[in-house]
Amino acid sequence: MSSIEERVKKIVAEQLGVKEEEVKNEASFVEDLGADSLDTVELVMALEEEFETEIPDEEAEKITTVQLAIDYVNSNLG
Amino acid sequence: MSRRRVVVTGLGMVTPLGNDVASTWKGILEGRSGATPIQAFDVSAFTTRFSAPVKDFTVEPYLPVKDARKMDPFIQYGMVAGIQAFEDSGLEITEENACRIGAAIGAGIGGIGSIEDGTHIIDTKGPRRISPFFVPGAIINMISGNLSIKYGLKGPNISVVTACTTGTHNIGLAARMIQYGEADAMVAGGAEMACTPVGLGGFAAARALSTRNEDPQAASRPWDKDRDGFVLGDGAGVVVLEEYEMAKARGAKIYAELIGFGMSGDAYHMTSPPENGEGAAQSMQNAINDAKIDVADINYINAHGTSTPAGDVAECKAVKTVMGSSAGEVAVSSTKSMIGHLLGAAGSVEAIFSILSIRDQVAPPTINLDNPDEGCDLNFVPHIAQERKIEAALSNSFGFGGTNGSLLFRKLP
Repeated sequence: MSSIEERVKKIVAEQLGVKEEEVKNEASFVEDLGADSLDTVELVMALEEEFETEIPDEEAEKITTVQLAIDYVNSNLG
Repeated sequence: MSRRRVVVTGLGMVTPLGNDVASTWKGILEGRSGATPIQAFDVSAFTTRFSAPVKDFTVEPYLPVKDARKMDPFIQYGMVAGIQAFEDSGLEITEENACRIGAAIGAGIGGIGSIEDGTHIIDTKGPRRISPFFVPGAIINMISGNLSIKYGLKGPNISVVTACTTGTHNIGLAARMIQYGEADAMVAGGAEMACTPVGLGGFAAARALSTRNEDPQAASRPWDKDRDGFVLGDGAGVVVLEEYEMAKARGAKIYAELIGFGMSGDAYHMTSPPENGEGAAQSMQNAINDAKIDVADINYINAHGTSTPAGDVAECKAVKTVMGSSAGEVAVSSTKSMIGHLLGAAGSVEAIFSILSIRDQVAPPTINLDNPDEGCDLNFVPHIAQERKIEAALSNSFGFGGTNGSLLFRKLP
């Protein structure tokens, strides 16, 4: 079973069409990985699906980097 | 003041016979069929179980896979055909000309597969799982939209939607914009991918499709006694239209001049044409009047010719009405016998075949025409392409709702 960090990075790479090695923890979805506003909405949906959870919109808006996504999953599902 | 002239300087297509113009045209002149049994979904309960799909399609190198993932297949086909046409034209967008170059590419049905998928998600997972790309990935004007974003086309940006006449109307109305002075060049055409469970089921329910499941390649047989409906096809066709003086000044390769465009409405029935073909005849006549050409100079007609019992006979009558004593001379063929009916892409793909018939001086064949039906006695170019002098070529499209369009191209002297 992959770690949460690996699963998050895999989804980010798939959703944003980038290589997994480019998905650094500190990477910003918009500034570093080329996402636009619709991409980030879809990315959050993919995280919800992977981790079988619902991320409220006000929380989703704060998830702007790979590390913040990992942190959110860890603290809400751990 | 004389009217601004419009010429064709770029061509692109994705069809059941090939994913570009050259491979498709080769297949057409060889008389090959693109029909095959449907494998994309379970068709065991359908009355029609074959179609003419696009094969071995990849968006690369035209588009990144990441971008294509947000596009229904009809948009992907349209984008690839549009990119091919634009690159073929050699047009370069600058700050000065950007506002003078636009796009007019439509579809008859649009993103029906995406709508089916979206409905399935609503039913099984609920509204929170609908993608933010669902709407921009499914709506009909997104080929025009995405192409304008890719190339910076800031001129008119539209998508005409008129069922099976879509491709023809987009080209004709784009040409009008150039003539009127609203644009100097337009990327124009149509795309379609409606072979989905609901699309196939809908056309089958309307009794529009051939059910020759035992022999798909012989199913599309326009004007033949044993025809029993059309074959659903997928693909896209896009052209670059350009004002003649501008094309000449930049030394563009000019395929042909678009000299006439005509339209009409049947005002008759939702899916059937009037038996005497009067709507079709009016559309052709309007294109001829627009071009101010002698009908004797029209040497080839790419017919709508869908292989339906009523439509083929009505169009044959219309050709006789309009061509008069020249009806016996003109070559009339249906390339739908090979690629099936591409609905919203049909008119633009067939316009390109008409342009190529002028370039290569050859009329494409109507395959499967073994026994012409009663009254169907024109030169339908049965089975084998005919090399012949082609000064001007007419392309017809007729759609559900009784919407007709005709384009007339001529060799540039």
